Amino acid sequence: MSGFSDNIMRLSGRMLSQYPAQRDWDGKLTRAPHPGIIPTCSIVTLSDNLPKQEIMKWNGWGYSDSKFLYNKKGQAEFTGKRYRLSGMIIPGLREWMESTFGANLQHKTPAAPILNSSAVQPPTLNEAFLKELKSTGIPFSHDAEDRVFRSHGHCLHEIFALREGKIGRVPDLVVWPNCHNDVVKIVELACKHNVCLMPYGGGTSVSSALECPPEETRSIVSLDTSQMNRILWIDEKNLTAHVEAGIVGQDLERLLNESGYCTGHEPDSMEFSSLGGWVATRASGMKKNIYGNIEDLVVHIKMVTPQGVIEKSCQGPRMSTGPDVHHFIMGSEGTLGVVTEVTMKIRPMPEYQKYGSVVFPNFEMGVACLREVARQRCAPASIRLMDNEQFKFGHALKPQVSSIFTSFLDGLKKFYITKFKGFDPNRLCVATLLFEGDREKVLQHEKQVYDIAAKFGGLAAGEDNGQRGYMLTFVIAYLRDLGMDYYVIGESFETSVPWDRVLDICRNVKARIVRECKDKGVQFPPLSTCRVTQTYDAGACVYFYFAFNYRGLSDPVHVYEQVEHAAREEILANGGSLSHHHGVGKLRKEWMRETISSVGMGMLKSVKDYVDPNNIFGNRNLL
Amino acid sequence: MLWSYRHSGTRKSWFNINTRELSEVVVIGSTASLKDEEEFTDILEERRRTTDLGYALRTFNPQPYKGAPYSSTSDLKKAVLESQYLRYIIALETGSSVEKVRQEARGILEEMSHNLQLGFIRLMAYTVNKVFKRLFRSIYVNMEGLNMLQQAIQESPVILMPNHRSYVDFLIVSFILFTYDIPIPVIAAGIPLASMKVVGEILRRSGAFFIRRAIGSDKLYWAVLSEYVRTIVRTGCAPLEFYVEGFRSRTLKSVVPKLGMMDMVLEPYFKGEVFDITLVPISISYDRVVEESLLALELLGVPKPKESTTGLFKASRVLQEDYGCMHVNFGRPLSVRQLCEGKINRSEYNLIPRDLPQRPSTEIQDCVNWVAHLIVRTQEEGSLISPWSLMACLLLQAPITTLTEEGLQWHGLTEKTLWLRKLVLDFRGRLNWPAHTPDSDVMSSTVALHHSIVHHKAGRVCLVQDGDPASQDPLSPEEGVMRTAAAVLMLVSYRNQALHVFVRPGILATAIHITKSTQKDELFSFFCFLRDVFANEFIFIPGRASQDFDEACSLLQKCGAVHMSEQEVTVLETGLEVLSFLQKLLQPFLDSYQLIFRYLCENGAHVFTEKQFLPAVQNLATKLILSGDLHTFEVLSSDTQKNVLSALRRLEAVTKLRVNNNILSIADPYFFGKYIAIDVLLMTEIMNKRAL
Repeated sequence: MSGFSDNIMRLSGRMLSQYPAQRDWDGKLTRAPHPGIIPTCSIVTLSDNLPKQEIMKWNGWGYSDSKFLYNKKGQAEFTGKRYRLSGMIIPGLREWMESTFGANLQHKTPAAPILNSSAVQPPTLNEAFLKELKSTGIPFSHDAEDRVFRSHGHCLHEIFALREGKIGRVPDLVVWPNCHNDVVKIVELACKHNVCLMPYGGGTSVSSALECPPEETRSIVSLDTSQMNRILWIDEKNLTAHVEAGIVGQDLERLLNESGYCTGHEPDSMEFSSLGGWVATRASGMKKNIYGNIEDLVVHIKMVTPQGVIEKSCQGPRMSTGPDVHHFIMGSEGTLGVVTEVTMKIRPMPEYQKYGSVVFPNFEMGVACLREVARQRCAPASIRLMDNEQFKFGHALKPQVSSIFTSFLDGLKKFYITKFKGFDPNRLCVATLLFEGDREKVLQHEKQVYDIAAKFGGLAAGEDNGQRGYMLTFVIAYLRDLGMDYYVIGESFETSVPWDRVLDICRNVKARIVRECKDKGVQFPPLSTCRVTQTYDAGACVYFYFAFNYRGLSDPVHVYEQVEHAAREEILANGGSLSHHHGVGKLRKEWMRETISSVGMGMLKSVKDYVDPNNIFGNRNLL
Repeated sequence: MLWSYRHSGTRKSWFNINTRELSEVVVIGSTASLKDEEEFTDILEERRRTTDLGYALRTFNPQPYKGAPYSSTSDLKKAVLESQYLRYIIALETGSSVEKVRQEARGILEEMSHNLQLGFIRLMAYTVNKVFKRLFRSIYVNMEGLNMLQQAIQESPVILMPNHRSYVDFLIVSFILFTYDIPIPVIAAGIPLASMKVVGEILRRSGAFFIRRAIGSDKLYWAVLSEYVRTIVRTGCAPLEFYVEGFRSRTLKSVVPKLGMMDMVLEPYFKGEVFDITLVPISISYDRVVEESLLALELLGVPKPKESTTGLFKASRVLQEDYGCMHVNFGRPLSVRQLCEGKINRSEYNLIPRDLPQRPSTEIQDCVNWVAHLIVRTQEEGSLISPWSLMACLLLQAPITTLTEEGLQWHGLTEKTLWLRKLVLDFRGRLNWPAHTPDSDVMSSTVALHHSIVHHKAGRVCLVQDGDPASQDPLSPEEGVMRTAAAVLMLVSYRNQALHVFVRPGILATAIHITKSTQKDELFSFFCFLRDVFANEFIFIPGRASQDFDEACSLLQKCGAVHMSEQEVTVLETGLEVLSFLQKLLQPFLDSYQLIFRYLCENGAHVFTEKQFLPAVQNLATKLILSGDLHTFEVLSSDTQKNVLSALRRLEAVTKLRVNNNILSIADPYFFGKYIAIDVLLMTEIMNKRAL
């Protein structure tokens, strides 16, 4: 479930696997051994029977120790030690927030600091189920904090409510199966006692998929897969790995890296999202151009359903055996069962990685360039095009430069692009690039892409800008929490669209957001921005970011939801898809029928009816 | 209007709206008055104070549409020729080589294309300015509308949609926009204008582009035209001006809109190629129309003179006359997005490449039709009714012999006109009645302005009848009818300018008169029937029958003509005058339609060509007028006759066939067979039965 956050930060042009992680005395992974250089991923696993919520925020994004704040001098700062931006001052952020949103440091909207357990409804427990569960020895809890933590994803309305201390329907019980067989037992018991099960992986959903249906009267059990986080085997002959589905993205990559491999699947949420979640939502990774999306990566899936376990009998790389049953599982969003184990393709770790960026005079030229890159099928591991607003946003996130020389160089670059090359600073846009592979091939590939870019007026703008672009996508999730401290709420959403529609959809959806905000009484013009994040042969994935200052609105979340709804209508009217990779959940359910036709709905429903006639997997997503 | 906020002293406007305001607006804003005419500013006043040359050479620096990159006319032509749409159509054309078809397309485009150049705009402004100053006392423009237009033009592609009552208004909008520093539009014009020597080229360079009249099934032509129009809208390179009524209204009555151009203009929105399109209805009203006598003759079958440059010079004698004032009302800009909300589902274009031709769904077609009607209705509502129109309504209700012989009593006429003025205001009509002048002066100067139609002598008003009284041969009775008809039809056209205010209550009054019913639902169904029959005659927005009915009811109630209850509509004693006026106002239409229906039934021949039909109806009508059995001359108008045919075709009583280039109409004998009784009531019944 690639969610609001984007990719983790990477170092530029370096050899990978230089900095193996170490385990400290109680088995937790620690920082890489080289002081001053922080490894790609976070430093703590979420496993080892440690309840996740102890190191993570209960009402915001990510780690408790990492957040943006304004220090006593009124400067923006990012706390903690986990990220490259950690501990740094970001001088431009305050002005950007003030001028973009009309936000003001005097007007704060702080979150409720701690969870008030008395606000949580007492659990509805199914005693018979509980009794039998106890006898299996599988750990469980009905502690309020455990339950609340698993009652939500990261939609704006979910986080907004938590910050205000408002708790709705939450799971009544949390169970932590340790392996496939534990899951089989839990599902059997749930069927026997008619208990509602909701699988929970990384909790990064942005589709209201984890929201408990308020109409559910049965006991709701959150099935947390976090303890199923082992790599069971690696097959070096076939280059596959068999992995438990609860493993979190960054752990999977790190563990594989230790053996010299990777999956290359890097959704923006990979710090926290899980393999099972990726399968259940048809996730997409940043580097899909090399490694493919989740549907290209899986070779074998094991899923426990109320009717039993579904899996294929062999690991043939392709089969003609009727419709692929994996495609009932992928994107089922927890409505059919729990994915427990997955065999995935792995690749040797790439030797070399290099960031890059290109500045275009305007967004139209940028899109034309991406289209040409796709036509020639020479897209780098990742290629993303930010519009002008996002470019400015990225600029505002530049950390304080240490030397006069660097700032002098920056000034010179700016002068070159805007004055010498005549780019309009209010129109230019930036593409960020990530190349990966053999050193030589990367350099060759790089040249090819820059040559194409030049035909569309693109100027190479350096590795640093590219890297900051990728950093932006990851910090934006933390930034939303900062915004919410100062009356600013926002969200991102995505779609996929044919090439000829890309420009139109970007323009129209952004304009629609602005118009809807105005109509709904938003006092200040919103931030309405987009980027093209993936290229395909026949189209692209487009991401929209949208945020506004809600001072003066009595029900900001409702306004927000109306605007997002309108934006989705606009996407659909402009030939965009309902979702490229976030999934449908409950947030986008209303459009499913028009998306896949009534017959399509009937097909999916009949699968659900066969697999789970009693709606044990009752999260009510998708259909 | 501005969505901006103040923050630490800096003002930020997200929308980049031009905050420049027209100085006139500020003036008007401060003296804002309730009277309609005071919202208007006379733009000729300043022109008369400054030199024409200085005016033509003024700095012109408009704020264009923010999304439009600069593009020249050759860029535009290139974009059209290289479009995937046109390439697809060209590839489809079989029979000759692709290169040849492409050449043909290029030729069509050359013939069509505008070639807007600022130098010629200046020349045009110079000339038009001179002409207008001669023709009109004042040209009034509502500055508020102009101000809204100026802002709208920066936000999205703008379509200017004026009504078309006179050749004079062809360049009026460009003239005004030039004066107020707003981007000059490109204007859709009929191809005959292009063939005028020199003038055609001047018009082309002033922004006109030319469309053939009978395109028929020439696919290539359609393709070039539609791609050309869509490209203009899509790029927003200039505002686009076109007449949704399709042509100049010969009757000064609104014409049922044509949908071809409307379709092309809206398509970029339907296909998501633009975020929104702004439609600006513009209502141009004249005190006196330059072509008034030509129009009447044309309607009686005297062919209109071909547009030619020499003809234009010959027509220069019209410059000697006084045509009073002209009012140009820029309506509130309408967002296509808002208009279409909930009416259409744009995703129907998702599955076929948008560059390929695709027949729009009925939902889209209905929406286009609805929008087009709405625009014409808005034009009507924005137009101003002159005192003369009111007098024309009343003059036409007098017996014809009174008008032609002894004349109508001036005193009675003026009293009744003042009564009608009140009624128009009750009906929310926009009246152009000078404020600071005694009413009697207003009316006598109005009559003086229209000396070509009536003359006022010794307390009586008579119809002026054209023709040479010293002529050797006395007129035959038939010729006499035609002569009177010419004068009457002139009067009719001025009445028509006021008709839109009265139509809805008028139809209700007619329904009350015919059905003699007080039951609301009975009246409503008859109201709908008449509305349906006359849908080619008056502008009714499709699907709004019940709103129209409610409007009619509330207006009649407001002026004290009827009393309304839940179920019933009762006529009040005090309302008889209003009801009788309204019913008489529409009587000529009922009479004309009935006459033609009767002709079709009794004629026996169920197949006829239009060429036979029109004179035959005219003959019959002339006979009946002479025998005193018909009291309206309006059936002699070819416009009425064509409208009846169109209505019958729409009602599927008549079918049009094309046989060897002859257009045959076939009357449905079943329809007419049952209809003989000429009783409108019976006709409803029959229609209802047919519906079953």
